[in-house]
Amino acid sequence: MRYLAGVTSLAYDQEKCTGCGRCTEVCPHGVFLLRDRKAAVGDRDRCMECGACAKNCAFGAITVTAGVGCASAIITGMITGGEPVCDCGGPTNAAPGGCC
Amino acid sequence: MNEARISAPVPLAFVKRMPPAFSRGTIDTPAGKVFRITTAWSREDRWGAFQSRVSAYRMTYAVAPGLYAVGDPGPGSPVFVSANYKLSFDVLRRSLDGIDGWVLVLDTKGINVWCAAGKGTFGTDELVRRIRASGLEQVVTHRRVIVPQLGAPGVSAAAVARETGFRVAYGPVEARDLKAYLAAGGKATPAMRTVRFTLADRLVLTPMEVLPAARKYPAFAAAVLLTMGLQPSGILFRDAWQQGWPLLLQGSAAIVAGALITPALLPWVPGRSFAAKGWLVGFVTTWLLARFAAPPAGSTGVLAAAVTLLFFPLLSSYIALQFTGSTTFTSMSGTKKELRLFLPVYLAGAAATVVLLAVIKVKEWQLL
Repeated sequence: MRYLAGVTSLAYDQEKCTGCGRCTEVCPHGVFLLRDRKAAVGDRDRCMECGACAKNCAFGAITVTAGVGCASAIITGMITGGEPVCDCGGPTNAAPGGCC
Repeated sequence: MNEARISAPVPLAFVKRMPPAFSRGTIDTPAGKVFRITTAWSREDRWGAFQSRVSAYRMTYAVAPGLYAVGDPGPGSPVFVSANYKLSFDVLRRSLDGIDGWVLVLDTKGINVWCAAGKGTFGTDELVRRIRASGLEQVVTHRRVIVPQLGAPGVSAAAVARETGFRVAYGPVEARDLKAYLAAGGKATPAMRTVRFTLADRLVLTPMEVLPAARKYPAFAAAVLLTMGLQPSGILFRDAWQQGWPLLLQGSAAIVAGALITPALLPWVPGRSFAAKGWLVGFVTTWLLARFAAPPAGSTGVLAAAVTLLFFPLLSSYIALQFTGSTTFTSMSGTKKELRLFLPVYLAGAAATVVLLAVIKVKEWQLL
């Protein structure tokens, strides 16, 4: 299954890559591949902006605006003027719904 | 979760007083006594898992963080890191049948691994804290923890190694692949590294889509009956019901279309936008239903049909868009784009619905 194309905030700087392969390990959608001892972005439209690659790249070669792809969280963020956050799990959480 | 219950090694008094239902005694480690857990699910575990899938029960379904033993582990046994959402913990436990190992449960406030990783509660700081608090370096001689791959958005493997000396090995996405992962010497195949979203995965999530929407249904039904029954002479129950029931039926169908059919048929409904998919499924549903559940024909029949075909597909679309929060592949940038595109459409549709209803009423009452 694929989501909207051409929207991801994923940016990758191959210059900084040491070829450790962590990004290929943590990406749940196989966006990164190892090619000639460097990571390469394969199918970037599969990126869901979870942030695992950037968090685990010790060399700062990857940046992505991580966040939840959740309409209800984004609408809540728009109303409260804050960042989109899932309503699940907060200390004041009373919402019976939610993703998790 | 009571902080006093979190610290490990687990105090003996605690061990004696409240062994969790999934434990079978304790084992001694250099860092103190640790509960040994079973890998089998009891009737209570299954019932708890079911309730977590259909209600807010999940919000308080947690286990005490800390170190647990599974099988007959020793200083060389692998360490599996988990969240303290009990369903996450139970799925891991069940996958470790026949394996001797340690389970290190982080305090994720009762939230599952992936969601907690997104928030950072399943994260570097908590992992470092828990490794230290559990005395893990006394319990095992190796320096390696197996963290579920979906925990990676919250965990910086490099920072954990720097802080604790433990190397993070990312295990497979699904706990059920752990045995194969271990058998392969800690190597996950690309398939084990990829998150899926099968029909079963989607269906198990639909109760939490349908039920919250259904909870708003009584208010919708009251509004429909009130509007339909409203006459210059007062509220007529006969009119309320005669004109209202097709709309009540359409309302429930729109919930089913957006919250159940669209998620179930997700890969097969054309398009990539959830709002568009939901609208399409909603339109087909509304149209099919309108063929035999049409309001009584009259001077306002065409207008009533127009309102029906305008409002209900949009309702289904809006509900389907909420499912973005439950998928394994939607991005924030993509969902924001959908909202920028469709929120104005929903608002315009709602306004047009109100206007059309007013026109119907005016015609019905022959005010013009």
